[in-house]
Amino acid sequence: MTEETVELKLPSRIESIGEAAAAVADAARRLGFAEDALFGIDLAVREAVTNAVLHGNRQDETVPVEVGVAGTDAGMTVTVRDRGTGFDPSHLPDPTAEENILKASGRGILFMRTFMDEVGWEHPPGGGTLVRMIKKK
Amino acid sequence: MAELNIRERQAGDVTILDLEGKITIGEGNVALRSAVRKLVSEGKKKVLLNLSGVSYMDSSGIGELVSSHTTISREQGQLKMLGLGEKIRELLVITKLLTVFDTYPTEAEALNSFK
Repeated sequence: MTEETVELKLPSRIESIGEAAAAVADAARRLGFAEDALFGIDLAVREAVTNAVLHGNRQDETVPVEVGVAGTDAGMTVTVRDRGTGFDPSHLPDPTAEENILKASGRGILFMRTFMDEVGWEHPPGGGTLVRMIKKK
Repeated sequence: MAELNIRERQAGDVTILDLEGKITIGEGNVALRSAVRKLVSEGKKKVLLNLSGVSYMDSSGIGELVSSHTTISREQGQLKMLGLGEKIRELLVITKLLTVFDTYPTEAEALNSFK
């Protein structure tokens, strides 16, 4: 049985986004995910880390973004935690609605929900927001 | 090497931007924004983005396409796109932007549509 564990603690800067996505995609590759799934995993992680860096930690490089991967032959769970004040995903506007379609931002969570099987938000003790994404094989 | 390379060429009154690489947050989306703003400042308002060399895009890249479309439309110009790969097309379907953007499979068809 293949198992993969990755734990990253990255500074809240733009360069960390690609670094996190590449590390998670590498783990997914080692777990045997198909090329098509790798694209979606990479993109979902990119979007989650972007939100953590920009909106959660507001690019304060002294505050880390923590990325975790726990994978088995059946699938993988990816967590991304920031130290921000948190947000309510149920109150986000639908980026595909006519009034929002020409807005320049607001599509990241749509991609996370599209390409992962489960996406949920938690508010762990100690503060911040933790997004947990599951991708099954 | 830059994340996104942009080459500009002219076909009649249409300016073609050949994009190669990734359009993601940070470098790629900023490069595209600068290139489009430069064209608008030069009065070039018929713009064709050749995306056939674009291998990857995130939501910031998609957002930059939307901004480019809006910037050029506001100047009474036209922005069209060409050569969408399978993954980029999928992202435009998910976001419903394929119904907003003017896209063509070949350069000849795209150029013809400006006439």
